[in-house]
Amino acid sequence: MRAEYPRITGAGESALMLYLGERVDPRVNAWVQCAARAVEQALGADLVDLVPAYTSILVIYRPPLRFIEVARRIRAALPPPPEDAGDASNDVTLPVYYAPEAGADLEALAARAGLSVDAVIEYHAGTVYRVYAIGFAPGFAYLGQVDERIAAPRLDSPRLRVPRGSVAIAERQTAVYPAPSPGGWNLIGRCPVPLFDPVRPPHMPVAVGDRVRFEPVSRKRYLALGGDLQ
Amino acid sequence: MVKGGVLSLLQDGGRTGYHRLGLTNGGALDGEAYHYLNRLLQNAPGATAVETSVGGLTLRVEDDTWICVTGAKMPLTVNGEEQPRWCVHPVSAGDEIALGFARRGARTYLGVAGGFDVPPQFGSTATVLREGIGGLHGQPLAAGDVLPCATVRSRRRLQLPEREQPRYHNHLTVRVIPGAQHRLFSRLEKRRFFGAPYTVSEHSDRMGYRLEGAPVDCNIPGIVSEGICQGAIQIPPDGNPIVLLNDRQTIGGYPKIGVALSLDSARLAQLTPGATVHFAPITRATALRALDLAARFTLNKVLREY
Repeated sequence: MRAEYPRITGAGESALMLYLGERVDPRVNAWVQCAARAVEQALGADLVDLVPAYTSILVIYRPPLRFIEVARRIRAALPPPPEDAGDASNDVTLPVYYAPEAGADLEALAARAGLSVDAVIEYHAGTVYRVYAIGFAPGFAYLGQVDERIAAPRLDSPRLRVPRGSVAIAERQTAVYPAPSPGGWNLIGRCPVPLFDPVRPPHMPVAVGDRVRFEPVSRKRYLALGGDLQ
Repeated sequence: MVKGGVLSLLQDGGRTGYHRLGLTNGGALDGEAYHYLNRLLQNAPGATAVETSVGGLTLRVEDDTWICVTGAKMPLTVNGEEQPRWCVHPVSAGDEIALGFARRGARTYLGVAGGFDVPPQFGSTATVLREGIGGLHGQPLAAGDVLPCATVRSRRRLQLPEREQPRYHNHLTVRVIPGAQHRLFSRLEKRRFFGAPYTVSEHSDRMGYRLEGAPVDCNIPGIVSEGICQGAIQIPPDGNPIVLLNDRQTIGGYPKIGVALSLDSARLAQLTPGATVHFAPITRATALRALDLAARFTLNKVLREY
């Protein structure tokens, strides 16, 4: 096998992408986490920001620093891939009200998959997910991997407004929208637990590497937990 | 604050260092107009100002200070009398400052000497509505809001001469540095993207500018979600490019054909729906030269006293 990774490519005038793997894989993701720490140390004050994701890290550096120079420093500092995916620090359970009134794409997704709505719920809630990345919007945690039977492509054109708390699927990823926002994922339900607190740290109930489980709840329980259906 | 207008937000140079919580940058969309605002007012480069989109802002002055307006061509009046833009003016308690509706461009910056004094959130005062963060409670400015600022008695009366002021047109060529996934687009599709005119959609905002025109076809509908930098141009399955701006999502899974040069994404944000855009490919080396020239000349024009 060709040693393709790490692969570094430019991303515009003052950023680069560091790719550490091809597929969504807990080991690749664990490598991303330790590489992110190494990049932070290697670049120090020359680092503006970084976005670790499933298999990659977006590194934004301070101009007038050059791509070649930054890439060299990152390569020199990069740790080898870890032996295993590491132990999750936390188990988190999030309640979800699965219903067409809470998830506009639930029925379409079931029809596409050739499954009943109940089966979609069973597969979605029956999986323990890893937090692979945090991003898109504050508190938005990318969870994987969704059961292949209920994986679904993104919408052809993103919705202009997805309601707060929406639980959604894109390919084999799932997530909860922490706040109303545009979005192109398939909506299947809603979670009443706030996923981002802008005032008090730690700001989020989950962290990268945590294990997350979804627990189906009734409409009544969803509303009692503070959910809404607007 | 008497009237907030269509959309008025407190902005600064943007928020950095919090992408890992999912926080985006925010900040003034037109970096050039914002840069001149602070230079004219003799403020620090990241001082907080008001960004008004489209127009309709009215403010009443409570403390004597100096103001300046740059960016889109919104008529500025003080107590009903039209005043020049790109120019520092003294104002006194009781004066009423108003911005009319934009005749050209879309974003106007209004600043005061020393900047508006609001507490930063996550290191910045930039308002991001989608996040409810920054500015005054993460909300657009509205009637009744109070914008704290210092009483300032002396400022040099600086102006940017009219012939030096940026002009905002209805057409723009956006220079694009090809990105990591440009190989997912066939040569034909790239030729289409770099050849066809696009129209700014009415669904364009601080998050991104959506363009309509010749749809670009990508070999795959999505990629493993990854970080998105400022100016990235993503191609969703419907083929209509979206240029991602200051309030963009930090991670996304649509393929990206390239990244717009920051100088051009700032100008893009001055376009209104219906304006036309062309894309032109450039190398990273050419992009860096363009930025260097801009830093030396475009952003460094001599301000004059009047």
